[in-house]
Amino acid sequence: MNVAIVGVGMHPFGRFEGRNALELGEYAVRQALMDAGITWPDAEFAVGGTLGGVLEGSDESVQADVMVSQLGLTGLQFTNVHNGCATAGSTLAMGAALIESGAYDLGVCVGFDKHPRGHFNAEPEQHGLPRWYGELGLMITTQFFAMKLNRYMHDYGISRDALARVAAKNFRNGARNPNAWRRKPLSEEEILEARMLNYPLTQYMFCSPDEGAAAVVLCRADKAREVTDRPVYLRSVAVRTRTWGSFEVFAPWLSPDRGQAPTVDAARRCFEQAGVEPGDVDVAQLQDSESGAEIMHMAETGLCADGEQEELLERGETEITGRLPVNTDGGLIANGEPIGASGMRQVHEIALQLRGDAGERQVPGEPKVGFTQVYGAPGVSACTLLSV
Amino acid sequence: MGLRETTVTTTPRATTRPIAPDLFTWPAERPCLVGSRCVECATVVFPAADTCPRCGSAQVESHELARRGRLFTYTTQNFLPKEPYAGPETEETFAGFTLGYVELGDEVMVEARLTEPDPERLQIGMEMEMVVVPFRRDADGTEVLTFAFAPIDPEVSS
Repeated sequence: MNVAIVGVGMHPFGRFEGRNALELGEYAVRQALMDAGITWPDAEFAVGGTLGGVLEGSDESVQADVMVSQLGLTGLQFTNVHNGCATAGSTLAMGAALIESGAYDLGVCVGFDKHPRGHFNAEPEQHGLPRWYGELGLMITTQFFAMKLNRYMHDYGISRDALARVAAKNFRNGARNPNAWRRKPLSEEEILEARMLNYPLTQYMFCSPDEGAAAVVLCRADKAREVTDRPVYLRSVAVRTRTWGSFEVFAPWLSPDRGQAPTVDAARRCFEQAGVEPGDVDVAQLQDSESGAEIMHMAETGLCADGEQEELLERGETEITGRLPVNTDGGLIANGEPIGASGMRQVHEIALQLRGDAGERQVPGEPKVGFTQVYGAPGVSACTLLSV
Repeated sequence: MGLRETTVTTTPRATTRPIAPDLFTWPAERPCLVGSRCVECATVVFPAADTCPRCGSAQVESHELARRGRLFTYTTQNFLPKEPYAGPETEETFAGFTLGYVELGDEVMVEARLTEPDPERLQIGMEMEMVVVPFRRDADGTEVLTFAFAPIDPEVSS
């Protein structure tokens, strides 16, 4: 792809009373423009992703393009994206396509959200499901994560200690990240002994919905050095949805034909398009909705083989100082999940790591290749590959 | 409080009703779930659908599912679900429940509440049988019945 990231910006993740979702997005955009050394009128297009409004208890629905009234009425093309848990990935895919097509040279992609406290509960009818399914208490996202994980642990010999290791690592990394929400390290014992929510997952193994925003400035790669002397190249971005037999959330029934997860397809496409092997990745940000998800996604993305995770975690290979650092900014476990912002946060973190700007959590040895992956309802995944 | 593993009388009474019509054969000595099967590609789904989600065919027929199967995976629900959950518990009385996917032959896997409340007594691969159990009561006292799966031999996991 002929696309580079020439600026990144972020509004910290967490809970921010009295600040609306658009303000978070605007803040991230301003930070990204400042990082790129440009101003809003320089942006030829913008793409904004948010899921706000469909989640119960959130403010009334907001469209990302409303932020032009604060950023400046420059008349630019502004596209709103709303695509489930792949909202940020789709936002970036749209922005990259606008540059790839030759339509524009420079633009902004922003992802933001503001979710209320508590789990995401859903109405069966909105998902084409019968009422009784919700009435029986079977329509809860966290149950799906726990059941997919329980089977995976059984099939590939993953221990509960491994789940605690991932969560402890992500809290530790979050503690080094000034933009993270949860910045207190927790021990593996505290994580294992915390309240069980859905066996085998305890409270501290799950991420929570929260608020935040992240933005990037995209530029034609061959013109990137006119803007910055430190471009990060977006080598590929791939979004894929579920296929037959994939084990997904909100399913009263499943096919006994086991299909592969959408992450497998998205990651494969992403690596193929970039012409890079999973083994070349120096640093990765993976969807850790719960700590088991990070473990399963390590294999679904091709970064390791099924079952290899137990030993990798024991040896600390996914720590910042390991061979394959994963979720160096604390992942979703430490940052929470403002859905529209989450995938953009991952790209923001990889950009910092590849530029050597990640401060206390900088991966040593000048990493050159970074990878990101988000996954979520209703069976959608987005992956990106970045390099310097 | 989990689902009571008591036997429900198989005689129809005005004071009981299934949680939804046509989900399972009832009243029945040996109740089973009712799904649908695609005439074109033989895909089986539950609950019954008007079209086949695999091939799109509208040629589907009602299909009774196997009563027994194997536990594919399971978890617990340890916090009181929000609406639309319609169980009888309150924040004070909620004691959690178990749920899982049960593989019914090679036809279909169904998600269901399980009667065994202790996850330590559940095992992936264990044999399960479909049962009809009380779920809650309507305001007028009518007992609402649901399907669930029970371990065939609870000693297996002890």
